[in-house]
Amino acid sequence: MADHMRSSGLPISHEGFLNHKGFRYLKVALVVSLIAIIGYLAADVRLRPNGGTWYGYSLGAISALLIVWLMLLGIRKRAMTSGHWSLKAWTSAHVYLGASLLVLATLHTGFQFGWNVHTLAYGLMVVVILSGFVGIYYYATVPRKMSDNRAHRTQKDMLDAIRALNRELREAAQPLDQKYVEVVKRAIRNTKLKPGLFQSIAGAQRQCATTRAAKRLRKAAANADPEMRRPLEAVTAILERKSALLLRTRRHIRNKTLLQLWLYIHVPISFALLAALTAHIISVFFYW
Amino acid sequence: MESVKIAIVGSGPAGLSAAGRAAARGISHVLLEKAPHLSDTIYKYQRGKYIMATPDQLPLRSDIEFQAGSRESIITRWDDDAEDLKINVRHNSEVTAISGSKGAFQISLADGETINADFVVLAVGVQGNPNKLKNPGTDQPFVQYQLDDPREYYDENIIVIGGGDAAIENALGVANPDQGNIVTLLQRSDGFPRAKEANVQTLYKARDEGRLDFITEASLIRLERGGSGENLWIAVVDTKDGEARLPCDRIIARLGAAPPRKFVEAAGVEFTGPDREAFPVLTPQYETTVPGLYVIGALAGFPLIKHCMNQGHDVVEFIAGNTELQPPDTPLLEKLFEGAPAKRSVDQWLEHIRSTVDVLQDVSPLQMREFLLASTIHYKKRGDIIMKRNDTGSSIFAIIEGSVAVEVDPKNPSVTVPIKKGNIFGELGLISGRRRTATIRAAEPAMLLEIPRNATLKLMASVPGVKRRMDRLSMERQVGQIFGQLLPQSAIDEIVDAAEIIPLKAGDAFIEEGERNTDIFIIRSGSAVVEKRIGGKDVFLSYVLAGNYVGEMSLFYEGLRTATVRAAIKSEVVRLPGEIFERLLNQNPDLYRAVDDLVASRRKLNDYVEAKRESFSSVVDMHTSIARFLLEEEGLSEATDALVIDETLCVGCDNCEKACADIHEGISRLDREAGNSYAYIHVPTSCRHCEHPHCMTDCPPDAIHRGPDGEVFIDEKCIGCGNCQRYCPYGVIQMAAVPPEKPGILSWLFFGRGPGPGEPDKDWIEKTRKKDDAPPKLAVKCDMCSGLKGGPACVRACPTGAAQRVSPEDYLSIAEGKG
Repeated sequence: MADHMRSSGLPISHEGFLNHKGFRYLKVALVVSLIAIIGYLAADVRLRPNGGTWYGYSLGAISALLIVWLMLLGIRKRAMTSGHWSLKAWTSAHVYLGASLLVLATLHTGFQFGWNVHTLAYGLMVVVILSGFVGIYYYATVPRKMSDNRAHRTQKDMLDAIRALNRELREAAQPLDQKYVEVVKRAIRNTKLKPGLFQSIAGAQRQCATTRAAKRLRKAAANADPEMRRPLEAVTAILERKSALLLRTRRHIRNKTLLQLWLYIHVPISFALLAALTAHIISVFFYW
Repeated sequence: MESVKIAIVGSGPAGLSAAGRAAARGISHVLLEKAPHLSDTIYKYQRGKYIMATPDQLPLRSDIEFQAGSRESIITRWDDDAEDLKINVRHNSEVTAISGSKGAFQISLADGETINADFVVLAVGVQGNPNKLKNPGTDQPFVQYQLDDPREYYDENIIVIGGGDAAIENALGVANPDQGNIVTLLQRSDGFPRAKEANVQTLYKARDEGRLDFITEASLIRLERGGSGENLWIAVVDTKDGEARLPCDRIIARLGAAPPRKFVEAAGVEFTGPDREAFPVLTPQYETTVPGLYVIGALAGFPLIKHCMNQGHDVVEFIAGNTELQPPDTPLLEKLFEGAPAKRSVDQWLEHIRSTVDVLQDVSPLQMREFLLASTIHYKKRGDIIMKRNDTGSSIFAIIEGSVAVEVDPKNPSVTVPIKKGNIFGELGLISGRRRTATIRAAEPAMLLEIPRNATLKLMASVPGVKRRMDRLSMERQVGQIFGQLLPQSAIDEIVDAAEIIPLKAGDAFIEEGERNTDIFIIRSGSAVVEKRIGGKDVFLSYVLAGNYVGEMSLFYEGLRTATVRAAIKSEVVRLPGEIFERLLNQNPDLYRAVDDLVASRRKLNDYVEAKRESFSSVVDMHTSIARFLLEEEGLSEATDALVIDETLCVGCDNCEKACADIHEGISRLDREAGNSYAYIHVPTSCRHCEHPHCMTDCPPDAIHRGPDGEVFIDEKCIGCGNCQRYCPYGVIQMAAVPPEKPGILSWLFFGRGPGPGEPDKDWIEKTRKKDDAPPKLAVKCDMCSGLKGGPACVRACPTGAAQRVSPEDYLSIAEGKG
């Protein structure tokens, strides 16, 4: 029965993009890389290995076409057509063949680097691939956390619940002293949901206006006369509930951000790469 | 003593229309009415009741005017018409007996008078004896079967019982918010198949507004005094979620009515059968088995006003000798039989079909007409395929001429079982809601009548004989399918005679582990879960679909049940007594071996589990909990195909939703984030394509169907009433208007035109749509991307493989060998 279960302990297996069809594209990528390396060692090129030899041109042409194909994923993903394709297969191939570029393109350079457009293209490519690895890391780790954190709630549920708590707060604050009413109002006004870039990556929790207000009112309740204590405590309880909900919501937003953040490097640098690559190819042909 | 040519008994729509025709033709007549006014049934309708003129496509043929309108406007209109036509009405004239024969009938009245008539038309309706409750405690004075004026009742707990128009209208009447009544309607079946569409809609609206509540699939068990308070009564009600106790000050039971049969039979009229709801045997001219005595209206089996009025007109024409007259729907039926090799009149066809097809024996000609209008006729050559194994379909076929052959062995098409003329087939798909179980071909040139699902369900609901015969037939077929090659026909007959159908609620166990019992159960509709107690926990073993059987294993374990089997969803099982099997097995060693082979795989699984029972890990617990979550909480036990997302893979890109919207005119039919999860398995809000789709329960234009790939889809006949949305327990149907067409993907990608992939936002729609050009909101749901080569877009568009469409039986099976 054990082979029926996944390593995660789940009995039901959805085959993810990494192990698509028993790692078909990993195998393809390894074979391609291996052939390229053997070819590199075996090819009889004059002078020294170089992008300008027949073998160098071949590797370069293959790499350039591969880059163009990899970038087409952006269109494939968005264009729903009726054929028998699966985006998962495309993603799987994108990941492994993309990674194999590290081998193909490096061999293409013949290990000649310099301060020129050619090495720029290579460098951009490496950045794109590394950012892709970051993406894979997040894709492999964040979804599970996101599922744990959201616990059946949708983002809309969370935002609705925050809004409802705000209404409750305004109502519960009615009997309080004016200065505490102001504290509550400020807390509502100054509470921000979206974490900044740094907070997204590091996961630090912003010093939250709601949490601050809750602390302050709890202290006030402890020192208040008995008749004012009850309404103060009621408001504090709502603030604390909101604080907990905010934590969950922020984590959710952070998780979502993590799953997209790497694309803000991966995609624009890909276009930069495409430009550099074009320059590289044209320059090579012009200054033969 | 008065003498007339035609005496008409009852002045409802049918009788009044008959009298109107007689008056218009100048035929001497008398219209006898027991009440002091015309049309007592309609007179007693609730004040202000809106009366509908259905069926819409049927033309009205009467001298009396009739249009949809309030009770008052219709009564006034009819009174005026009766006066204008100079109809000879005799009020307060209750008929006590009819004797004599054609040309010399004597009609005795309660006041002692007798009327002589050449012909008698009985149009007494069925209100004479409403069906009553028989449950304990229902002889209380606050249990009533009629509601004259809903405004009489204030601040009461009122329970209305019944699912017909009368019950719904009464419930709505007493649920007026000004009166402060707490109203609950109990309906025995799922949905309201017998009620008029508009009524059902109003009922749902009233519930949404909190004016009343209703419980479907519920029935009264008994009335009893509450624990405290002298006057408090409690209605104990059986619901699908168990027993409920409702406080009750008043019960209004509207359970329909049977014909006032005794009175009619006393005049010598024969009925179609012994059932309480059978109808008088009638010629197409409405003449009973007593020549000269005619029956029309609800008593003849048709409750709709328009039908009754047409019959009133027609019956007088027939009596007057107009033999050429055809019913108003005859041209439509003539068209249906156009291609038939044999030439018959419509009436002859009706009678031919009724007498040929066994299950239709108790159906009245008028009911025949109704379902035939919804049916199709197929002519097949020898060898033509009629249905294929694993096709979807829930219509039934009746063989009018010729015969068909059923390919019982999927591996060898030459093994066939014949089905002869007069029989039906396809009923298993109708009952189980699953795919066709066998391929069926015409064995000789055949004429087949295909009756669609809804028409068949209506027929089964309104004619008990049809349901009884269908049930018996389906049991024979199922037993035959499973044991047919092993047992002689005599044994099968014996088993079927002793078999009984048992309805079950979700969670009901019909086999308990550890019991000694050898009964075998065929799951007729719904599905079941097999569980075994291991280490104090119930461990999920397998999931059994309708059409399969369970319980045979105890025959090989000295009658000991080795596992518990529970209904996963509301189901029906057929119980086959174990004694018969035990005897057959003991008598016949060949049979023993054959059945042993048949159950070998299940025994292997059972033995495996037994052997390993000590070493079962928490993984099995997990599997059990997941099975419960999916089957019981998420409704996958009635699903045929559902979208399931692995949350460890889902990156929340919503590409599934975007792809769905882009494939389907810009409206996504799934909500990825909504819905429940368990152990990282997420069931999003998306259609499960149920075996018995709840959405089909009451679609007025009959626009919801099951397609060739098993998908439940809504066609262009949708009128946007929202019934399906209300019936769907999973919230997967939305009412939406198609947004304007978007610019292509590349012009978005390169030039930023349009809103991009996925559902366009509101602002863009409003900006783009021409003023006052909003299309109507129609029901929208998943169609499994039928017709799309690559299959469902949601799955294909998932970049990580998180989204999968599954059928629950494949998803959850622990196949032996793999285990």
